[in-house]
Amino acid sequence: MATATVPAVERENYLNKEYGVMSWLLTTDHKRIALLYLVSITFFFFIGGFFALLIRLELLTPAGDLMQADTYNKMFTMHGQVMVFFFLIPAVPAVLGNFLIPIMIGAKDLAFPRVNLLSWYLFIAGGAFMLYTILTGGVDTGWTFYTPLSTQFLDTHVVAAALAIFIAGFSSILTGLNFIVTIHRMRAPGMTWSRLPLFVWANYATAIIQVLGTPVLAITLMLVALERIFHLGIFNPQMGGDPLLFQHLFWFYSHPAVYIMILPGMGVVSEVVTAFARKRIFGYRFMALALIAIAVLGFLVWAHHMFIAGISLYAAMVFSLLSYFVAVPSAIKVFNWTSTMYRGSISYTTPMLYALGFIGLFTMGGLTGLFLAALGIDVHVTDTYFVIAHFHYIMVGGMVLAYMAGIHYWWPKMSGRMYPESWGRLAALIIFIGFNLTFFPQFILGYLGMPRRYWQYAPEFQVLNVLSTAGATILAVGYILPMIYLLWSMRYGKPAEANPWHAAGLEWMIESPPKTFNFDETPTVTWEAYNYDELNQEVPVER
Amino acid sequence: MSHPVISTKFYTGIWAGLICLTVLTAAVSYLELGPFNIVLALVIATCKMLLVALFFMGVKYISEKMTVVVIVAGLFWLFILLALSMTDYISRPWV
Amino acid sequence: MSDSTPAVATHNPALQHHFSSMHQQMEASVMGMWVFLITEIMFFGGMFCGYMVYRYMHYGAWLAGSQHMDFWYGTVNTVVLLCSSLTMVLAVRSAQLGQRKMIVIFLLITILFGLAFLGIKAEEYYLHWQRAEFPGLHWDYSGPDPQGVSLFFSFYWAMTGFHALHMVIGIGLVSVITFQAWRGRYNSEYYNPVEISGLYWHFVDIVWIYLYPLLYLVSRKHF
Repeated sequence: MATATVPAVERENYLNKEYGVMSWLLTTDHKRIALLYLVSITFFFFIGGFFALLIRLELLTPAGDLMQADTYNKMFTMHGQVMVFFFLIPAVPAVLGNFLIPIMIGAKDLAFPRVNLLSWYLFIAGGAFMLYTILTGGVDTGWTFYTPLSTQFLDTHVVAAALAIFIAGFSSILTGLNFIVTIHRMRAPGMTWSRLPLFVWANYATAIIQVLGTPVLAITLMLVALERIFHLGIFNPQMGGDPLLFQHLFWFYSHPAVYIMILPGMGVVSEVVTAFARKRIFGYRFMALALIAIAVLGFLVWAHHMFIAGISLYAAMVFSLLSYFVAVPSAIKVFNWTSTMYRGSISYTTPMLYALGFIGLFTMGGLTGLFLAALGIDVHVTDTYFVIAHFHYIMVGGMVLAYMAGIHYWWPKMSGRMYPESWGRLAALIIFIGFNLTFFPQFILGYLGMPRRYWQYAPEFQVLNVLSTAGATILAVGYILPMIYLLWSMRYGKPAEANPWHAAGLEWMIESPPKTFNFDETPTVTWEAYNYDELNQEVPVER
Repeated sequence: MSHPVISTKFYTGIWAGLICLTVLTAAVSYLELGPFNIVLALVIATCKMLLVALFFMGVKYISEKMTVVVIVAGLFWLFILLALSMTDYISRPWV
Repeated sequence: MSDSTPAVATHNPALQHHFSSMHQQMEASVMGMWVFLITEIMFFGGMFCGYMVYRYMHYGAWLAGSQHMDFWYGTVNTVVLLCSSLTMVLAVRSAQLGQRKMIVIFLLITILFGLAFLGIKAEEYYLHWQRAEFPGLHWDYSGPDPQGVSLFFSFYWAMTGFHALHMVIGIGLVSVITFQAWRGRYNSEYYNPVEISGLYWHFVDIVWIYLYPLLYLVSRKHF
């Protein structure tokens, strides 16, 4: 099945089929659009990272000596907004999902290629608004835009930021819509739901959330904008409004949003772990169902962000209980990944290192989420660095690592080149160390009572803050390394064969890089996902 | 897909039903029914919605069941938003 | 769906290359529009949620506010939209039958109804503005519970405003389709765009079907 010949350099593929800027800007090829996204989100990642470095610099000392308090507010706001809306949410779906989903299901493209291109343009438009906001003074509401601060009391560019996110949200909705219709309607003959790679399932579950949740954020931001412009008073207590209504509407989206961010990463981990344990996934059915369960249950827990905001105690209890339930499918996934590796033939390639990191760090992040779901504990640690550490363990330790795993795993397919493995492993190690040094101290800081979003702190917290900042610089180095060697590999990397990992999946049965229309003939699928039993017999495992 | 071609007469009949329901809901709003005013209004509105959705939008004739699942899911999600938000507001005075 | 060797069989010129049959293309586009419509359900749903919360908390104000609505403007507009839905579905039917002229006629009448709706709405907005019923910008209310009533009006303006915006988009969309129909793009084999525009149009009508009782019929008006 898998071809192992090194392709001739001049073979036509999606990269060299056409040249010129317009052939990229007007493309409807899902693979080119994926690369357009890759460049864009990388750009925003470094912008968000820049704000993070400024935050950590300020927090080196207890006094607020690097910048004004209001400026600091802008730092963490911009860091959050850029990272969440312009990096984490699009990262895996818009880059890897766009590239791989049609191929994985045996299709020539997504259902709506032009809508796909529109999605990217909307992302760029939203990004432009965000850049405008940043360059003209930024916004300081916190990424959460809480009212009435954002509607009544701030002079900054709240409406511009809200518009930026609104537009980017529209991009996200259209991507989700495209994926749903594609996965339902464009699967090749024989590619039944139960033969789909879990990466496809994960993006499908994500798409459901994108489609059902994002519109509520859209209307909420619109109402905030209307209130600022027309002074309507919907969330203004002085005009009879309830600020908590804003929070309900905001978190109805923003909690499921964190599952938009993590589910695709879980899909990546399933692909990588199976490939580098050379075993089929343990409990395929449960893994697929768990993805859907997380997507659905994720919509039922939003008010756990509001426990101390003034909601009723009874509502708090309901949401606390529901928050415990949503941890169950995530835990099932962690157990199943572990079981997959048991008695597998493990190779510690770069993607596998990232995936292993994900499993450990995501588990820590997830468990600390349960701490927060307990009302009694939440009262003490909410709005402290404990929360910050919790979600960074999931978002960075989980999601970013999964994204790096995916980028490295599919790099040969996307670029036709191998990245340098030693550098890959080194960067992974640096990122792992840097990450833990940055964020583990923050659990302790939060537990000891250091509040979040404060630009100065009590002197006894300084040592841990210094450690955290040191970690952040190491982390930064870890991020810059792949930028360099991946770019380098596009020119000087070893040409990749079709299936350099000898992995299962339709994407490894076509050339690296693929042709524009992916397949010469639509395949007919007769095998189950992760058919490593068969593959292991064909290609003896040499490691 | 292509649902069957429906007669103009049938469509006009649905339209007539919609107009009747509109007259009904307007008339009923003049009655004093306390909390049932909103219930009745929403029931009538839902009947109108069903007429439009089933016959004008062709949901009745859709061959692809998954599309119906999509629609039901959307409505259910709206219900989640409304119901769970209300748990907070309704139970606030209880404490 | 079988293989998709390009350009061998004679296929409909409207078939896009990544689909293997017109049937698949049609099902995909219909499903796509429905998925989009449920995003719209959630979009308006956010406002319905706010409406419901405040109605629960400020019922008296909701009663009072609804008294200030112009019953006949709302009712006539409801009828206008229902008529437009009829002509829209008749346009789709004409497309199914390949009747080019009738498609155009029905679509044009639909657009006219849509414009009528917007015209009536504009006049209604003007009346409210004249009576200083725009919270924040132009507000002068001396009755009881001005805060609650201003909330009601905030929702009135926001909900009908977004609805009107969707009407404008709908009219634009249908205009494009009308033009294409006039040029003969649609026949009984291919009329996807007419059908999915119809779905969008009916959806906007359904939103109004709910807005009407929620905004205009809260109170029991007495002669």
